[in-house]
Amino acid sequence: MLEKKVGKLTSRMQKPPVIASAASIVGPKEGKGPLAGYFDQAVDDDLWGEKSWEKAEAKFMREVLAKAVSKASLAMGAVDYAIAGDLMNQCIAASFGLRESNIPFFCVFGACSTMGEAMSLGSILIDGGFAANVACLTSSHFCSAEKQFRFPLELGSQRPPTSQWTVTGAGCVVLSAEGSGPCITGITTGKIVDLGIKDQNNMGAAMAPAAADTIYAHFEDTGLPHDYYDMVVTGDLGEIGHEILDDMLSTNGIRIGSILKDCGMMIFDKKQDVHAGASGCGCSATVFAGYLFDCLKKGKLQRILFVPTGALLSPTSVQQGETIPCIAHAVAIENMIGGNQQ
Amino acid sequence: MSHTVISYVNAFLVGGLICAIGQILIDKTKLTAARILVLFVSLGVILTALGLYQGIVDVGGAGATIPLTGFGYSLAKGAFNDVDKYGLLGALTGGIRATAAGVAAAVFFSYLAAVAFKPKAKS
Amino acid sequence: MQQVFTKDEYRKYVDKISPNSKTARNASRAYVVGGLICVIGQFFLNSFRQMGLDQDISASLTSVVMVFLGVTFTALDLYDGLGKFAGAGSIVPITGFANSIASPAIEYKSEGYVLGIGARMFIIAGPVLVYGISISIIMGIIHYLLRS
Repeated sequence: MLEKKVGKLTSRMQKPPVIASAASIVGPKEGKGPLAGYFDQAVDDDLWGEKSWEKAEAKFMREVLAKAVSKASLAMGAVDYAIAGDLMNQCIAASFGLRESNIPFFCVFGACSTMGEAMSLGSILIDGGFAANVACLTSSHFCSAEKQFRFPLELGSQRPPTSQWTVTGAGCVVLSAEGSGPCITGITTGKIVDLGIKDQNNMGAAMAPAAADTIYAHFEDTGLPHDYYDMVVTGDLGEIGHEILDDMLSTNGIRIGSILKDCGMMIFDKKQDVHAGASGCGCSATVFAGYLFDCLKKGKLQRILFVPTGALLSPTSVQQGETIPCIAHAVAIENMIGGNQQ
Repeated sequence: MSHTVISYVNAFLVGGLICAIGQILIDKTKLTAARILVLFVSLGVILTALGLYQGIVDVGGAGATIPLTGFGYSLAKGAFNDVDKYGLLGALTGGIRATAAGVAAAVFFSYLAAVAFKPKAKS
Repeated sequence: MQQVFTKDEYRKYVDKISPNSKTARNASRAYVVGGLICVIGQFFLNSFRQMGLDQDISASLTSVVMVFLGVTFTALDLYDGLGKFAGAGSIVPITGFANSIASPAIEYKSEGYVLGIGARMFIIAGPVLVYGISISIIMGIIHYLLRS
């Protein structure tokens, strides 16, 4: 029997995996933002001494993994699996960043929802008894993303007001079967939702219906009261997507406007000229690993529903005039009294 | 006003207008910059062929030849001139001949720039 | 979940709530910057004419100088900032054409001199040449047929 499956999209952990550590490294612009104090490191050069943006992004991956594993007081060899992905074609930041790690590696692609996907799969591995320690990580880089999805950096073009700014940064969490700390108590795995948005400069609007679908399903499946969490925090909807999500949830009877937040609206200041907000795998990953994890650790937040959102497009699909399929993965993270000692 | 001053005023007024039209198209139609460039060069060729652009060049001077519509103007004018001189073959040779200096300069200077410079991040 | 929207309704709803570009502001900036770039072009054109060069040579030299300026500003990391301010004002002039060739050339240097710089140089300007040249050929042929 499926004893862990609750409802259609949700699974509850029987032995909730502990988030043993979290690490984040960001770029210069993020390092000047309002969350600057929460990141482990802010590098002051987008290339970080490498020869290309892609190599730099791989270095973000490599370094953030090393940081998170050492913060968990583990040796690299004690990590049973790494689950990682990014936005580059064939996920080269993940595979090149982890090339020398010697850790069994699952590569995942969920666009900007990758952190949610990796943490979901990591929890399943641990709760299923397949691993004692799993590293979940992802990255994005403004320059490599611009190059792949938009235009060369030196092209003199204007960004429309609905556009979002890709975060340069990487975040990593180490999930463990034992220990103390905030635990992953459940996951709600999103399904692909496409409400027909084609404009890749308005991804918040494209992704909002996916986030609404997953959050709605989470409350439906678990039967939890809508005010159960201290914060329901989406990945990178930005201002427009956030407004749509709030609207959609309210229409469906979930009125959580006061606790509904978005990582894409937290990492940059309005003055930093990022239009509708931030985006990228690194957005939810660094905000979680930096700020939210700190709040959980210090007890400022006791329970959050972390919902990274992803737009599953490619430059080719955009050129072929396709609409943008989107996804959102929810991860319930709670401080459990006395940790997770069985 | 001297002839020179008038030429500057006209260049500003005509060139600015062509650019402003481009901006309105970008904002209102969500066409990407690349599509706007294609549209403008094509319009320049067609308007010139219909005999409508020469008048704009006569008034605007560089204000009409510096925008991409002016690139289209040179292409069409070159094709017509060469057809008059060499017959049908001129349709193939004229456009590139008339615009060769600008295009070759763009290719060569860009190559040198790429060899010497690196892209820089935006902040 | 109950989807409250059909795709059509959703697209209309999104269009309604998404902020529009500030067209009046953008268009006036484009006007001023585009106009000024043309004035610079006019300055070179007048200068070459005063040096006694004929109209065609002067026009060609002017494009060469403007292209040089466009590429130089791109290489110095200045043209993208100008473009952010001026939009079409710096895209539409020939300096913008130069920027559209120089910027991918610089960006793709990391993929090598042949397949990087060489091949990617025209990812934005290529279509301009393809359509501009092709249409001028068609117009030339029509001109030929009408003439004879």
